[in-house]
Amino acid sequence: MAVAVAAGALAEELVTPPGRRRAGGRRRLRLWRGVVLVLAAIYFFVPIYAALRFALEDNLGHFSLAALSAIPHATGFMSAFLLSLRLAAVTMAITLVLVVPTTIFVHLRHPRLLVAFDGISLLPIGIPPIVLIVGVLQVAPSILKGTPYLLSLEYVVLAMPFAYRSLDAGLRAIDLKTLVEASRSLGGNLRSTLWRVILPNLRSALLSAVILTAALVLGEFTMASLDLYSTLPVWVVNTELLTAHISVAVSILSLLLTWVLLLGLSAFDRRQYKRFVAVAEET
Amino acid sequence: MDVVAKPDVTKDGQGATAGDGHSGGRGGATVHLADLHRRFGETRALDGLDLAIGAGELVSLLGPSGCGKTTALRVLAGFETPDKGRVVVDGADITDLPAQRRDMGMVFQSYSLFPNMNAMDNVAFGLRMRRMGASARRRRAGELLELVGLSKQARQYAHQLSGGQQQRVALARALAIEPRVLLLDEPLSALDAKVRVQLREQIRALQTRLQTTTVFVTHDQEEALSISDRVCVMREGRIEQVDVPAQLYANPATAFVAEFVGTMNRVPGVASERGVAVFGREVAVRGGTSRSAGARVDVLVRPEELSVAPSEEGSSVVVGKTFFGAVTRVSVLLEEGATVQVDRSSTDAAALDPGMIVTVTVTATEVMLADAPAE
Repeated sequence: MAVAVAAGALAEELVTPPGRRRAGGRRRLRLWRGVVLVLAAIYFFVPIYAALRFALEDNLGHFSLAALSAIPHATGFMSAFLLSLRLAAVTMAITLVLVVPTTIFVHLRHPRLLVAFDGISLLPIGIPPIVLIVGVLQVAPSILKGTPYLLSLEYVVLAMPFAYRSLDAGLRAIDLKTLVEASRSLGGNLRSTLWRVILPNLRSALLSAVILTAALVLGEFTMASLDLYSTLPVWVVNTELLTAHISVAVSILSLLLTWVLLLGLSAFDRRQYKRFVAVAEET
Repeated sequence: MDVVAKPDVTKDGQGATAGDGHSGGRGGATVHLADLHRRFGETRALDGLDLAIGAGELVSLLGPSGCGKTTALRVLAGFETPDKGRVVVDGADITDLPAQRRDMGMVFQSYSLFPNMNAMDNVAFGLRMRRMGASARRRRAGELLELVGLSKQARQYAHQLSGGQQQRVALARALAIEPRVLLLDEPLSALDAKVRVQLREQIRALQTRLQTTTVFVTHDQEEALSISDRVCVMREGRIEQVDVPAQLYANPATAFVAEFVGTMNRVPGVASERGVAVFGREVAVRGGTSRSAGARVDVLVRPEELSVAPSEEGSSVVVGKTFFGAVTRVSVLLEEGATVQVDRSSTDAAALDPGMIVTVTVTATEVMLADAPAE
């Protein structure tokens, strides 16, 4: 029976024109894509919807904006929020200062080391946060110990894989060696080559590195909690025990803030690109 | 064989004079690459390269891949440091001078325009580095773009320009700084054939007009022969011969040059007391030969130095013809199994058809022998 069915299917396959078979294959592929998309959307949006709904309810389950309006006055919120922003800014600055020149140097002078760097850059993902904290404590300048900015050094290590990979991809997309040599042959020194030639052509990669670093700092809980600093994520968790509605509302706002930041930076990049194209098309 | 160039400059790079078929009164700098050595691991990229270039001269470095021509150019540009030897420009030793202070414009093989700048800004970049004022900079960049015929593309970015246009902008950018020496590192190799010919003619016209000393690196012999005042043929980090194109073709100094420049046949011959016997005729050997009489040798003969005629007593067969207009290249299979190319006027070649039995003879009065003796 099975053989007969298979033979029938084969016969149908042979009789069906190739064009129709291809069209059928495309339809099935589209269907699968739709299914995967819907499942992914459910996975991502259902928890957000549930959190949003919870944030917009009072204790009796009625719609209420009380939790949102209470956020600015919530104890410790502003200081935690500002601390997270400061840490994000400091982490982004240190990351760029360390990772950008290093990555450019390796690409230019020691391209054979790129494979090793690829491996090394992944280490922070595999090493437990407590080990990273202890490691950073060993080498951190004493002036930073006892200040929240110690966290920035820890975040720099944590953000390195993302920042490095963004910049690495950006550098691989341009002919760095030729551009640098062209600049030098025209009289460009190291500083002008970096500012006028290399960095402008790494704009997208730099934006990606900055966005990823900022998103990581604004959402990081474990290290801040272990170091006993009340950053925004730590405050959210602590507040949850007392006023869960406010805590969840802040989580939602934090998510929105990160999205707005990402959209803003992406829009800036797109606007720059459109200006770039528009100027060219005028001619 | 290490042949030191015999240019129109003295050893320390001073004092250009006319000679070797190129006119005097040049405005560019003199260059002397003195006994340059450069190793990369076990590879000797430069092995005692010694070349002097006259002011305003265009010299091509020609050779197969890995012969050291690009390394020589990069040493001159300041991107590589020689293990030994000196780079002298206008009499001054600049071996240790960093690239950005050498005043040398360079056009690269790969497209090297700065992607974040339009054509105008690219051309003006070198002037900006020299702190020229904005208006003077724009004016000068505009002039250079006009010189290469790209005024209308001044505000376009690299990705909006064709490959040929990009290389013309790169040329304008290199010339904008009024370089002492213009360095061209295979700038035409990524372009299609038609654009390549147009651009090389434009480069030559500009170079002649501006009288800028130019070093042109290429592996394309046609390019080198058509554009250069002199051609420097390189092999394994050394110079095989430096000469004007016509001499290089007609009087190659070594078998390598003879085979590398133009088309060359290897035909079997036998060494004799007074030269070499080839196709039944005794011909003198250029520079003499140390081979003992009776030894089998490979003789180097150009296609135009051979003649082919139908003959029932012949032992060779016509196997193909390629029409080049006034000339037709006839491929002939010899009795010994080798195939030779013979250039005949197309009128004469019309009588030769594939499959025809023919006799091949040498018309040259002097020939060269290949390096390796025949088996």
